[in-house]
Amino acid sequence: MSEAIKITPESKPMLPRGVRLTENPQQGWVLVAPERVFKADGIASVILKRCDGSVTIGQMADEFAAAYNAPRDRILSDIISLLQTLADKRLLDVAP
Amino acid sequence: MSGHGGTIAPPLGLLAELTHRCPLACPYCSNPLELEARTTELDTKTWSRVMREAAQMGVLQIHLSGGEPASRRDLEEITRVAHDSGLYTNLITSAVGVNAARMQALANAGLDHVQISIQDSVPKEADRVAGYEGGYRQKVALAHEATRLGLRLTINAVIHKHNIGRVAEMVALAVSLGAQRVEIAHVQYYGWALKNRAALMPSRADAEAAVAKIEALRREYQGRIVIDAVTPDYYARLPKACMGGWGRRSLNVTPSGRVLPCHAAETIPGLEFWSVRDHPLGEIWERSPAFTAFRGTSWMKEPCASCIHRERDFGGCRCQAFAMTGDARVADPVCHLSPDHGRVAELAATDGEQAFAYRGR
Repeated sequence: MSEAIKITPESKPMLPRGVRLTENPQQGWVLVAPERVFKADGIASVILKRCDGSVTIGQMADEFAAAYNAPRDRILSDIISLLQTLADKRLLDVAP
Repeated sequence: MSGHGGTIAPPLGLLAELTHRCPLACPYCSNPLELEARTTELDTKTWSRVMREAAQMGVLQIHLSGGEPASRRDLEEITRVAHDSGLYTNLITSAVGVNAARMQALANAGLDHVQISIQDSVPKEADRVAGYEGGYRQKVALAHEATRLGLRLTINAVIHKHNIGRVAEMVALAVSLGAQRVEIAHVQYYGWALKNRAALMPSRADAEAAVAKIEALRREYQGRIVIDAVTPDYYARLPKACMGGWGRRSLNVTPSGRVLPCHAAETIPGLEFWSVRDHPLGEIWERSPAFTAFRGTSWMKEPCASCIHRERDFGGCRCQAFAMTGDARVADPVCHLSPDHGRVAELAATDGEQAFAYRGR
């Protein structure tokens, strides 16, 4: 039986099979999941594209802070907030 | 308002009823009373074209359903074409007759998600409702197989008076099977279910207790399983936005290729449905008479036409409005603003012991 996932800066998030980030001309970027479709606009798609199980959330925050010249703490909490929401909906796994 | 002239947003999902054949005989089956025969089913080539056209028009998800979709030997091929077209593929199965090798082949074809129905948490009761001895065991086996292959799994439980006291057990079963999502769906009373209404309708007290129980279960299982519930709308005050609005979010293709705004739409007399045999899917979505009939709000009568909720619930369910009043253009009587609202409680109260009229038997 699976336990609830707690997202931390050390987590390496990954989209499981059956949860896909996709783009089409009509909808733009969307996260497609069991019986669900979520708009993944702007920063959400940027974050989700990095969720392949190889990068920690802390590393993502470093990367985005540099790329967008924005405060790292704020970025870190935004990423954790988005990914915790998805994990609570069972749409995100973390790599071991 | 209903737009005409190429401004209609595309659907997000397509329900492909690949066949009406099914080993089970659930008395609330969503298939029509007049089941389509195998000889009228679309061939592999036509289904493949439908999948490609769906992807081109912007559809994101294909729900491969039936009947039992695995009754078709070309299910893997249809799945592969859908997947290769970029569509998210969801298999809605009874699990009966789907062995481990078949599941593996479907996973190899690119299947994204499996949805397995259960009839109850008590095996003997589950098999009785399905009219199929040993079905429960096969469902449990296939659920384990899907999880083993790393597929996302939903368990779908339809709720009625015989199992409404075991909502918690059914959620616990879904968790133990490794599902990430469980649907607790109260029976929707059209077609077979309407025929079996007295045998299925729970009491108001039981329905309200189940709604409260689901709220408690959501807290208990927070982060472990998602519980999606379809409410018992005979006991509601406001109608559901059926299908997210007629011709707004999704469409349904029958085994013989007719394209419907919802699976029960053929119960409304006088609607003209087009077939994928004669028209491209995009043209059917935008222009076919059945889709334009109730799209938007311009078809509405009062109290819907001037209601502040008209863009939220779109007047509720057209099929239910017709089934209860004989007029598909009036407000869904589930709505407390409907002049026919009093009839709903009356119909719900037509209780009593009735034997199941099993689907197709």
